Parts: sequence; C-alpha cells; structure tokens
Amino acid sequence: MDVKDLKTYFYLDDQKVARAVDDVDLTVNAGETVALVGESGSGKSITSLSIMQLINKPGKIVDGTISLLGQNLLNLSDKQMTKVRGNDVAMIFQEPMTALNPVYTIGNQISEVLRKHKKMNKKQARRRAIELLKMVGFPRAEDTFDEYPHQLSGGMRQRAMIAIAISCEPKLLIADEPTTALDVTIQAQIIDLMNEMKEKLDMALLLITHDLGVVAEYADRVLVMYGGQIVEEAPKKRLFKESKHPYTSGLMESLPSIYKEEERLGTIRGTVPPAHSFPKGCRFSSRCPHAMDQCFESNPDLIQLDHEHSVRCYLYTDE
Amino acid sequence: MYKYIIRRILIFIPMLFALSVVVFALSKAAPGDPFTTMLDPNIDRSVFEERKEALGLNDPIPVQYFRWVSSAVQGDFGESIVYNQRPVMDLIKVRFWNTIYLGIVALFFTLIVAIPIGIYSARNPYSLLDYGATGFSFLGLAIPNFFFGLLAIYFLSIQFGWFPAQGTVSGTDVSGLEEFIDRIHHMILPGITLGLAGTATYMRYMRSEVLDVLGSDYIRTAKAKGMSDRNVLYKHTLRNALIPIITLMGFEFGVLIGGAVITEQVFNYPGLGTLFLDAIINRDYPIVMALALIFGIFILVGNLLADIFYSVVDPRIRYD
Ligand SMILES: Nc1ncnc2c1ncn2[C@@H]1O[C@H](COP(=O)(O)OP(=O)(O)OP(=O)(O)O)[C@@H](O)[C@H]1O
Ligand code: SF4
Ligand SMILES: [Mg+2]
Repeated sequence: MDVKDLKTYFYLDDQKVARAVDDVDLTVNAGETVALVGESGSGKSITSLSIMQLINKPGKIVDGTISLLGQNLLNLSDKQMTKVRGNDVAMIFQEPMTALNPVYTIGNQISEVLRKHKKMNKKQARRRAIELLKMVGFPRAEDTFDEYPHQLSGGMRQRAMIAIAISCEPKLLIADEPTTALDVTIQAQIIDLMNEMKEKLDMALLLITHDLGVVAEYADRVLVMYGGQIVEEAPKKRLFKESKHPYTSGLMESLPSIYKEEERLGTIRGTVPPAHSFPKGCRFSSRCPHAMDQCFESNPDLIQLDHEHSVRCYLYTDE
Repeated sequence: MYKYIIRRILIFIPMLFALSVVVFALSKAAPGDPFTTMLDPNIDRSVFEERKEALGLNDPIPVQYFRWVSSAVQGDFGESIVYNQRPVMDLIKVRFWNTIYLGIVALFFTLIVAIPIGIYSARNPYSLLDYGATGFSFLGLAIPNFFFGLLAIYFLSIQFGWFPAQGTVSGTDVSGLEEFIDRIHHMILPGITLGLAGTATYMRYMRSEVLDVLGSDYIRTAKAKGMSDRNVLYKHTLRNALIPIITLMGFEFGVLIGGAVITEQVFNYPGLGTLFLDAIINRDYPIVMALALIFGIFILVGNLLADIFYSVVDPRIRYD
C-alpha cells in the first residue's frame, strides 16, 4: 500500500481548520510490519481512519492518493469502498470494550463479514467463524460463537476483534493501539497473536502504538509522526541506533534503558500544539531544544538521508 | 431468558395485590358511602343502616376487601349507582375496546411518525427537516391535548369537513369493511390528538439515541468491516437505539390512559375515559374503583411488556 500527500483536515465551527494529517507519505509493503509512533494528538488515528475512509464530519480527506495494489482507493465510490473495507484492508481499534455491538453474538458479528465479502451461506460462515475463533485462542469456540460481547473480558474481546479482522484474510491489517486499553500481562499475548496471524496469513501490518518496546520487538520499519506529519522514517534498527530528529531522540530518551543507569527518564517538555494552530515554522519548534532562527521561519521538508532513512529537520539540510 | 420472564411475571402478582389494596383503601377513605347520593329525607336513617348491614358495609374492613377482590377477580364489580344500577362490568365492556383501539391508533401514529423522523434528524442533523422536527416537537409538547383537539375539530372537521368531530361510527346501517373504515375514520382525529405529545417526545428521544449510537465505537467497527449503510442503520444502529425507547413505551401506556380521559371528552368519544370522568362527577364509586383498578393494570401490564421486550432485544439483561 502506498499513501501519498495525504491531507485530512477538520473544518471547525469557528472557521479554523485543524490540519490533523498534513502531507503524509506512507508505504507498507506486502508482508511488512510498519510501526507508526508519536504522541497523543499527532494524527496517527486520523491517518489510519483516512486509509479506511472512515473520517466523519467535520473532517475531510482534502488531497492525496491511497493506492492499494495499483488502485487508488480515493477514486472508489462509497459502495466500492465497502468491498475493500474488511476484505482487503481490516482494522482493529483501541477500545475492545466498546468496539463490538452489544446486542449481537460474537458469531453473528464474525459471520456477517464472511457472508458479505466471501458470499458464504449461514452454515459455511458458522463453520469458518468457529475455525477463526479457535485460531485466535478460544478453546470453546463453539460456545463462544453464541456468546455476547459482555460475557467476554477485554482481552477476549480483542481476540474476537482480531478474528473479525482476519476473517477475510486481508492484505493489510491496521491496528490502532490494539493493546493500550488492556492489562499489561494481556498486552503481550495480543501483540504476539497479531504477529502470529500476520505471519500465518502473510498480511502486511500497520501498527500504531505508543509502546517503543513493541516497536523494538515487532516492527520492520518505523515512521515517527508529529503534528500531522511524518518527521522521521527509518528501519527499526537504524532508528533506535541513530535517530536523527530531535523529537525522535526525545522519545528514545523517555524509554528506560537497561544499559544506562539514569537518575530520571528524559521527557519532552510541553505538549503537541493543537492541530488548528501549529507554529509558523517547524511544527516542533515550540518544544525543540535545538531550534534555530530558520526553524521559526518555515517548515522543513522531509529529506532523504539515504535510500531508507529520511528526516524532517533543518539540522540535516545541506545549507 | 425464560427464567427472567417468569420471575418478572411472578413479581407482577404482588404488585397487582398492592394495587387492589390501594384502590380499595382510597374508596374507603373517600367521604360518604354509596347512599350519600341517594339520600332521601323521607326515609328513616335506620333503613340505610339495615341496607348497609345487608350489603356488608359494616363488616370489618379486611372482610369487605376480600369480598370486593374475590368478586372483582370473577369480573363482578358490583352495580353502578347512577346508570340504573346496571352491572359495572357491562358498562365497562361496551367502552373498553373503544379505548384500546384509540390507544392503538395513537401509538401507531406516534411510532410511524416519530421513529422515521427521529432517524432522519439524527442522520442529517441541523438540516431543514431536522429544524422543522425540532420546532414541531416543542409545539407538540407545549400545546395541551384538549386545545389541539379543539383546533383539530374546528379546522379539520368543521371548516374542511375531512373528519367526523365525534363518536365512533356514523350510523348503524354500515357493516363489514365499510364499518371498519368508518370507525378508523372516526378515530383518526382523537388518535392523533392523543398521540401528539408522545410523538413529540419520541421524536426527540429517537434523534438523540440514534445520534448517540451512530457515534459509537461498534458502528465504526461495523463500517470498518465493510457493512453497507443499510446494514449499519437497520442492523447495528436501530436495535441499540430502540432499547431505551422500548422501556419508555411501557410507561406510555399509563400516559395514554391519562390522556384518553381528556381526549375522549373533547371528541365525545364513548370510551373508558369519558366513563371515568362521569363516574367521578357522579360519585359512582363502584365504577371509579373498577376503572382505577383497570387503569392500574394497564400500567402494570405495560411495564411488564416493556421489561419482557427489553430482555428480548438487549442480551445484557437476561443474565444479570
Ligand atoms: N473530530 C475532530 N474534530 C476536530 N479535530 C479533530 C477531530 N478528530 C481529531 N482531530 C484533531 O486531529 C489531531 C490528531 O488526532 P489523532 O486522533 O489522529 O491523534 P493520535 O495520534 O491518534 O492520538 P492518540 O495517541 O491519543 O490516539 C488531534 O490533535 C485533533 O486536534
Ligand atoms: S527543524 Fe529546527 S525546530 Fe524543527 S526539529 Fe529540526 S531543529 Fe528542531
Ligand atoms: Mg489514536
């Protein structure tokens, strides 16, 4: 999947425009795990919802292309898009407690996807749904099929969500902070399960997370997002070893390390400015420890350091 | 689920008992006795005392209560004092179905208007029709029942002559389908009048419920699964949005009965409401007691139905 120049703006009541996603380029190759990291409010969720075209008013995808296997999803009609969602691209959300419809059984909610996209009849869908439930770790899958979401724990519901997401063997799975709402002990199991399914079904995975530990373990490539833009992109190893952008470095310093004995963890002072009033120059300039005059004048472009590492910062431009 | 329903029905029995006690106690607490209105100064007081003794009105209260309840259970509410001593049950029977039909027309009107418009408003908030519906709701709630009824009679039946202004049928010479249509024709104005406040209320509820559900995570999930707009609306949204509405419907029974008392009066419609009002004015206690009991039962049954229906649509409460 290739996303180019994606812009998603929210048109707020008072004439302000929140540029929640502004010129994002993002590529996820077949079978690859790409992590998208960044603070709250940096635009990660809006990016992923844009890919699914699930942006609600007052938001709007203003510009860009989203190509999946050579087809620009933004040119599809609403009806054609329903054939892509859940089928070619599937998504898992942060809140398992509320992501399932409380009045239908788990089985019903898995079956309806199979019946829609795979044109299965009721019986086939049931059989397949039970297989899927077994795959994601429900030992009594036949019983679970007829159970309601409120009968399952958060972790179990997230497993059910995974079963729904992988039911049509999508080419791309987007997981938006799939474990943030879960107990720490269960987080690892869920991430492991997603990774296992990814390998088994040969899907690409776009993993949105706050957890750099997860990034370190599972990602192939990492995109760092700030203020609606990608500020750094690199293969995982290089990003951890030689991060370039001051924001990325800030994130790294906020990680506890077993190698260094530190008095206290680093923090980045301040918070992400609201998307309707970014500073005039570099969007990080209000918090950047290295900010120069130039940084307050104009926003740097994303420049390629080499074929696999790019960064958006004046510290790395030639002049 | 069946366990829940059975338990719910069992609770119904003590509530019914409590209701009968309250109705009986109120009638006892009311001043005077059935002879107060028959008072004839030429008759010696001792005659009344004899009659009272014969009717058991001097027996201990619990004995009187059980006598009343045990005949009420058999459908015998005694005799009317005013209407030529006719059995109360006969008077009620004639009017019972009239009121039920009126209630059904009102409820039907409420549902077919409030639900679609509520859904439309939620899907197109701040559209012209949404503003229109909001305005209508405020008017519908602000205008008293009887006033709307009078307006309707003045314009729609007197000025335009579209609907009859009173009664249930035009004459006795119609039958079959013709009679059915005639009866419906008679019920439209009182039905709409009776259903107006409910329509206004449910429109608002429906709008806010649908709006709520449309913004919920599971609707986003349904869309992310590739479900069509139709499926998202009819399968995933409606059932959830209707859950609170259904609970309110149970109470609507009581509201409709209360409204029927006034609406029937305005349209001179021969239902339980008119009977009730007349009986109160005439101190016809046997009728008042019977109707108070029947209205109470309506409300209890309404709540029972709401609870049962609720447990059918919302799986979360079956096991709690
Ligand atoms: N409905 C909306 N109306 C206006 N602005 C919005 C709306 N939704 C999102 N935004 C803006 O978009 C920006 C990005 O939000 P987004 O949810 O993508 O952040 P995120 O990176 O996913 O954060 P988190 O880690 O908390 O999930 C926010 O700063 C917010 O100002
Ligand atoms: S461009 Fe300037 S302000 Fe922005 S990150 Fe680089 S050094 Fe900091
Ligand atoms: Mg988010």
